[in-house]
Amino acid sequence: MNAMTLEQILFYTISGLVLFFAFMVIVCRRIFRSAIYLLFSLLGIAALYFMMDVEFIAAIQIIVYVGGIVVLIIFSIFLTHQVGEKMPKKLIKRIVPALILSLAGFLLTIDMLAHHNFNTGINPEKFNPTVENIGHQLLDYKNYGYVLPFEIISFLLLAALIGSIVIAIRPKQQQAKN
Amino acid sequence: MLHILILSTALFFIGIYGFFTRRNLITMLISIELILNSVNINFVAFNKYLYPQQLEGIFFNIFIIAIAAAEVSLAIAIIINLYRKFNTIDIEDTNTMKH
Repeated sequence: MNAMTLEQILFYTISGLVLFFAFMVIVCRRIFRSAIYLLFSLLGIAALYFMMDVEFIAAIQIIVYVGGIVVLIIFSIFLTHQVGEKMPKKLIKRIVPALILSLAGFLLTIDMLAHHNFNTGINPEKFNPTVENIGHQLLDYKNYGYVLPFEIISFLLLAALIGSIVIAIRPKQQQAKN
Repeated sequence: MLHILILSTALFFIGIYGFFTRRNLITMLISIELILNSVNINFVAFNKYLYPQQLEGIFFNIFIIAIAAAEVSLAIAIIINLYRKFNTIDIEDTNTMKH
């Protein structure tokens, strides 16, 4: 067995941490702690992006997920839960099928991955995801340009913004009563 | 490459397990976030190690992150509304649409 390089050691450490925190997200019975574990898991995934040389994606991951989504989830936990109360125990009739299903899917996928022959002979040195390249190609309307999905995503974000305001707004007569 | 794929597969099925066992809407949302993140890792890994001359995986990664943000904001609006109506966000107790 060869000696592991520093990069490999780092990769295994980070991925072990990510999996550990993800597992703690699932099994932890206090909902606030589970949100905090989700935050650590997302940070570990951002570190993995840094290791894969996609700094822009790692920055987006930290800004949007860690800074936006986890904060939103924590706010909604504060709005809907008593602090510190434990969730009820899970039902065994739910755990058993879920465990069987996820373990079977995991083993099946690992088996398929182990027998599939990936063409990894390509030199990854050509991979050049600088912000300049991403911007030029993302907003291009010629070959391999992605400006149409970009516009559609911006419309989707606007619609989600308006829709969530409309859903979460309090009806008028209730407001008068309260 | 293979190790990254195994990591994302494990993350995906941890998310699936959480989605099926949790009974609380917010924790189900958290599980969905885990699933989306594992898919994102896969996109970047395939893009880097198999098709390094293109950047499609990164674009889809950005789009998935944007859609996840929109989805979480909508879902939290729905959850807060449900909490106002029923005073709980347990999926066993909210069965108004069940008939």
